[in-house]
Amino acid sequence: MKVHIDETRCCGAGQCVLLAPEVFDQRDEDGIVVLLTPEPAPPHHPAVREAAAVCPTSAITVDEDGGGA
Amino acid sequence: MSKVETGENAHRDDERTGHDAQGPHGEVVRLPMVSPGPLEPPGAWERLRERCPVATVELPSGDRATFLSRYADVRAMLSDPRFARPAAGDDSARLSADGAGGVAADADPEYELAIPENGAPHQRWRRQVGRYFTAKRMAALRPGMTRVAESLLDEMVERGQPADLKAALGFPLPVYVICELLGAPAEERDRFSHWSDAFLNVSRFTQEETRAAFGEFAAYMRDLVAAKRAEPGEDLLSMLIVEGAALPEEERLTDAELLATGMGLLVAGHETTANMIGKMVALLLSDRDRWERLLRDPSLIRTAVEEVLRFDANLGGFGIRRYLSEDLDLDGKVLPRGTTVCCGMSSANRDERVFTDADEMDLARSPNPHLTFGAGPHSCLGQALARTELHVVLEVLLRRLPTLELAVPTGELRKVEGLLVGGLREVPVRW
Repeated sequence: MKVHIDETRCCGAGQCVLLAPEVFDQRDEDGIVVLLTPEPAPPHHPAVREAAAVCPTSAITVDEDGGGA
Repeated sequence: MSKVETGENAHRDDERTGHDAQGPHGEVVRLPMVSPGPLEPPGAWERLRERCPVATVELPSGDRATFLSRYADVRAMLSDPRFARPAAGDDSARLSADGAGGVAADADPEYELAIPENGAPHQRWRRQVGRYFTAKRMAALRPGMTRVAESLLDEMVERGQPADLKAALGFPLPVYVICELLGAPAEERDRFSHWSDAFLNVSRFTQEETRAAFGEFAAYMRDLVAAKRAEPGEDLLSMLIVEGAALPEEERLTDAELLATGMGLLVAGHETTANMIGKMVALLLSDRDRWERLLRDPSLIRTAVEEVLRFDANLGGFGIRRYLSEDLDLDGKVLPRGTTVCCGMSSANRDERVFTDADEMDLARSPNPHLTFGAGPHSCLGQALARTELHVVLEVLLRRLPTLELAVPTGELRKVEGLLVGGLREVPVRW
């Protein structure tokens, strides 16, 4: 799995951080998403998929075939 | 944009030419729509989703607007960066008759708020304020919120049963939290509550009352901003002033923007959450199996809160509005510039195209991409705060009062009327 984020779309809702704190964070200076782990390990995949599905600005995309994990 | 699969072309032709406020059966659809019960969705939603997803509706003012009821349409409309809410000076549809609408209902040059509406200026404002509402900052508030919730519940239990859960917990908790955040005194909550109601007025107050409340509220906030400027504290308004001083001058929030931000946050920070706490408890207690399931498995609290947010059918009668500043092509139909669009988020949340068994409350539903906080660049700024408060309330109630039950039949719960936001007037409980 490979995760992509679009900072320009992000509105700082923070759902991704609540769901997958190992993968996503928010910048202190403006609340915008930070991708901590572009290729998360399989145990995090369900939470990452959920984060992408509920992101209010569709700023997260998941490439299921990408990455080594 | 989704393609429309059902056969409503004939009706759409009517709409294109006639502009009558008609639903699928030719009846006039008026907002707010009528529900069969205090927790039930209006029956019209399903009919509109199936047969007239882009409907012409009549507002209390008599003005016409376009109501979107399907998930894909509502989400696309809210996410469209070209459009923002109706603003003072445009020719958008009025909600209220007689100019009585509060600031949030009907923009008016007399009380316009200085928050940038759209585009890059909005994003600049949003990011300056949004940094104080991140998931981590809200998580850090959680222990304090839990202590406040526990002490409010202790006081409620001491006073005896039955009790009004909204007055005892649902209202004071979010007021306390937003006042702490903003650095405003929570003891003023009765005044804040009146000002908030007037801010959100559609038909409860007269124009004079609405304007007088706005004047008092603005004067109060102007003094508060001046006090923070003179002597900054640890609160959000102070941080916006102090940390903003490090920014280039053109990026700093002006006093007018600080004033509007403070007013907006105070209203949004307690009114909507207070209502949602009451509705959450009522929805979960109205079917004992829901409450029992959460008692058995509190790990469902997170998904249960999202499902309550999705399922709530009493969010407000007008949805979030957008003013079309240019023509919009919606599934091959042109909505002309100047149209006011009401985005029916709660109807969208019941759309079977997106949510399996949409009329069933599934406390474990996941993912749950409901639109209760909106979507797109204007999606609710305080949603991490609201979620944290709802999680805390539910966790504390399940732990402290597992025998909680409604003290009246569900059908006797009374809805908040006449405001932009929906809720229950009180939530009578026993334990």
